[in-house]
Amino acid sequence: MKEILIISLLGIAVLAADIFKQRKLVFPIIILGLLANIACCIMDWGKNEVPFANNGGMLLFDNLALAFTMVISAISIFWFVVTSDYFSGDTSKRTDLYALVVFSICGAVVMASFSNMMMLFLGLEILSIPLYVLAASEKRNILSNEAGFKYFFLGSLASAIILFGIALIYGATGSFDLATIGTKAAMLGTSSTLMMAGITMIIAGFAFKISVAPFHLWAPDVYQGAPTTITAFMATIVKAAAFAALYKLFSGAFAGISQHFALTLAVMSAVTLVVANIIASVQVNSKRLLAYSSISHAGFMLGFVMLASQIQGKYLLFYVLAYSVASLTSFGVLQHISAVQMGDDSTNAFKGLVKRNPIMAGAMTLSLLSMAGIPPLSGFLAKYYVISGVLNGGYLWLVIIMILSSVVAMYYYLKLIIAMFTPIENAGRIVINRSQTIMYGVLSFLLIALFFGAGALEWITF
Amino acid sequence: MLTILILILPFLAALAMLLIGKKIAKQIALATGIVELLLTLAALYIFKQGDANGLLTLHNTGTGPLGASYSFAADGISLVMLLLTTVLLPLIVYASWTKTYKNAHAFFALLLMMVGSMIGAFTTTDALMFYVFYEFALIPIYFMCLVWGNGDNIAKTTLKFFLYTLFGSLFMLIALLYIYQSSGSFAFTDMYAAANAMSASEQGWLLAAFFVAFAVKIPVFPFHTWQPATYDSAPLAGTMLLAGIMLKMATYGLIRLVLPMLPEGVAEYGHWCIALCAISVVYASCMAIVQKRYRLLIAYSSIAHVGLLAAGILSGNVQGIQGGMVEMLSHGIIGVGLFFVYDILQSRLHHDEMQRMGGIREVNPEFAFLFFAIVMGSVALPATSGFVGEFLLLIGLYQYSAIAAGIAGLTVVLGAVYMLRSFQQIMLGASNHNTVHFAALTAHEKTVLYIIVALIIIIGVYPAPILELSNTSVENLLLGIR
Repeated sequence: MKEILIISLLGIAVLAADIFKQRKLVFPIIILGLLANIACCIMDWGKNEVPFANNGGMLLFDNLALAFTMVISAISIFWFVVTSDYFSGDTSKRTDLYALVVFSICGAVVMASFSNMMMLFLGLEILSIPLYVLAASEKRNILSNEAGFKYFFLGSLASAIILFGIALIYGATGSFDLATIGTKAAMLGTSSTLMMAGITMIIAGFAFKISVAPFHLWAPDVYQGAPTTITAFMATIVKAAAFAALYKLFSGAFAGISQHFALTLAVMSAVTLVVANIIASVQVNSKRLLAYSSISHAGFMLGFVMLASQIQGKYLLFYVLAYSVASLTSFGVLQHISAVQMGDDSTNAFKGLVKRNPIMAGAMTLSLLSMAGIPPLSGFLAKYYVISGVLNGGYLWLVIIMILSSVVAMYYYLKLIIAMFTPIENAGRIVINRSQTIMYGVLSFLLIALFFGAGALEWITF
Repeated sequence: MLTILILILPFLAALAMLLIGKKIAKQIALATGIVELLLTLAALYIFKQGDANGLLTLHNTGTGPLGASYSFAADGISLVMLLLTTVLLPLIVYASWTKTYKNAHAFFALLLMMVGSMIGAFTTTDALMFYVFYEFALIPIYFMCLVWGNGDNIAKTTLKFFLYTLFGSLFMLIALLYIYQSSGSFAFTDMYAAANAMSASEQGWLLAAFFVAFAVKIPVFPFHTWQPATYDSAPLAGTMLLAGIMLKMATYGLIRLVLPMLPEGVAEYGHWCIALCAISVVYASCMAIVQKRYRLLIAYSSIAHVGLLAAGILSGNVQGIQGGMVEMLSHGIIGVGLFFVYDILQSRLHHDEMQRMGGIREVNPEFAFLFFAIVMGSVALPATSGFVGEFLLLIGLYQYSAIAAGIAGLTVVLGAVYMLRSFQQIMLGASNHNTVHFAALTAHEKTVLYIIVALIIIIGVYPAPILELSNTSVENLLLGIR
């Protein structure tokens, strides 16, 4: 419970700092707050705390929730540091945006820790509504407006569909509580049409939120149109939260009948991988390219959801962490480059980066190689976990699609890498501030260290 | 512990080079190479003594990611591979001593990282770690080719090289994961046992997956198309690494993974692989004959020789594997030698078209002699290292199938055709205006060539120590199969 309180108070504190004209304090407060949040998670580890247990107890802070909260907080810290200079230009809107982001993080934490369908929906909306605003936050940019508009319309439709699904499941089981739904669902099996329709709708709604084919069409436009910093946020925190929630549903409430949906999810994953990777390989705009890459990673992560009752959540968490670190690095670098190149975010903008800023080029190279799944980088292990899980589940054909799509992915990641190492004439250096340089170093280190430290995953269970 | 030291040293040296040794990068690289060689010799000595203290092995199970473990051991087979790597490392560094590379510290750091990962692949006893090292070796060489390579299509060439080899090795990952499902551990011994228990057809599919992975890297026809262009456009040291050591990871993989893991699969379906290798030998030899540029000729000749190498290993008997061990060493040394000769020609004439050369022997007889000795090694003249290796390989292959041995044995005949013809075109005849001012060899070039020629002859005349070194391990390996 402390976790949600801290982040909510953090959001209010950010707004208060604006009222009391203490804008300089906003950034340190946020970082400290998020660090405190991580500390709380460590303190609560293993306690399985249910706040307000006597009044319904709609939240459950088990290890899965705490671990996801920790990862979400850590990624948020990285995000705030990497994007810090984006907000420095216009101080008047800085606090507003920061407050919106913090509230959105609060929604993400709720989505990781719900034990009641109502909380799931609340968390989803707390996460999404600030994001609609954030996507359109570049008021004078038509693309940003388009992104916000599309995201809002389609996002609210998806929320409505999820809500409808929740209602149908309530109709079938008479409860919002995950545990009750779990026992009822196992009892009902496939006999209840209401239940099956409800789960299908939840899958469809979430497929939209995590941008899985065939519900992914909004993602490239929104990712491209939204400010790059917000895109980075959507590609990391939002995905982490949505996958945490989906995993929680499929490993808990729907565990009894999830095998009837495994094939559907497997096909969705396969279609996502094929479509996203093929389209990505012909992109010339690097932001769109990264958007499609992000979609294809959602296809990989769907493998964990599909076999949620067999694969432990920690492996999904590892994927989310490895992917978020790499994704954040690449979007961060892209943001810095396009800022220097007057908003040019085609792949050509990356040319000569190795001369213009070797640290960013190195971090970007590592992150791309990690996303492609080259050992010894964390992305390799992440893909390894999902592939071995899916193979254990008996879906050899999906494994082959996953592996072939990795090769295609390598192709378009290499295109960016080649561009970075192509020398160009009279290129000025790209200057970033010291904390960002350090942060890129930390992110690069993490990409390697997570690989070697992953043995620690075997010591914990959740 | 010693194995770990040999494994870690290149990485540490690379790190040191990047952080503090920018000015003396190549000196650090050479020193690392020599220390590595000495350490390997020490390891050989310890191995001969029986290694009572377990200095060559490290078992640290269950600490790695998922079932993997950080376990390393050097048996006879690994030691020959270590010897190959550590003999060639100082030689390759010294061969490019006079070259000026932009950002030399980055170049040599990548070189050392690549060597380090290959040493890892040669010494690990864990299949997943083997895969990791096998894959990781690709990254440094990719950047060496991309940044320091030459040629118009360098980005395209390297892209093809990278994707092709990545594509191949992912099949190995599938195969390893498939076996892991029944073994529950990636340790070689567990993997052997689990895979042996599988049916012949299952083993056949696994063999196909492994073979595709290794055939791309070796390369074997029809998976070779990345190789000539890459060898042509990589920087000299990179080409030497690729031809000298990197492809041996694949042939080592055949010995270490395929043979003991899939005996029935090899027995049942191995002839398809051997047939491809034999085709590869003839095809590449014919391609080599029609090449006009010397560097491409060496590239194709390499395909021909390793085709025989892979076929001999897959025949799966003592002679074949032992021949493979010597041939790997010999091919590495001769390959580095030939590419070095190419570099001498290129640096003086600024082209490598053989028709425009000729008569260099008149101008520079010493170079002609040394070059000829390397060519003799390549065409497997008795008393050179090439002879020992290819002779044993052919004996092994003959026991498997006389026809296959007959076809693959053409490498000796056809090899003589293209090698001697190229030598004739380059060195013999009357000197023309291009070659008449062919400068004398520098002391540096002489040193490299003499070392290479000496190694070719020493191994050719007295291969017994190397054969003895790997003999017990090879026999143990085969014992496990039967």
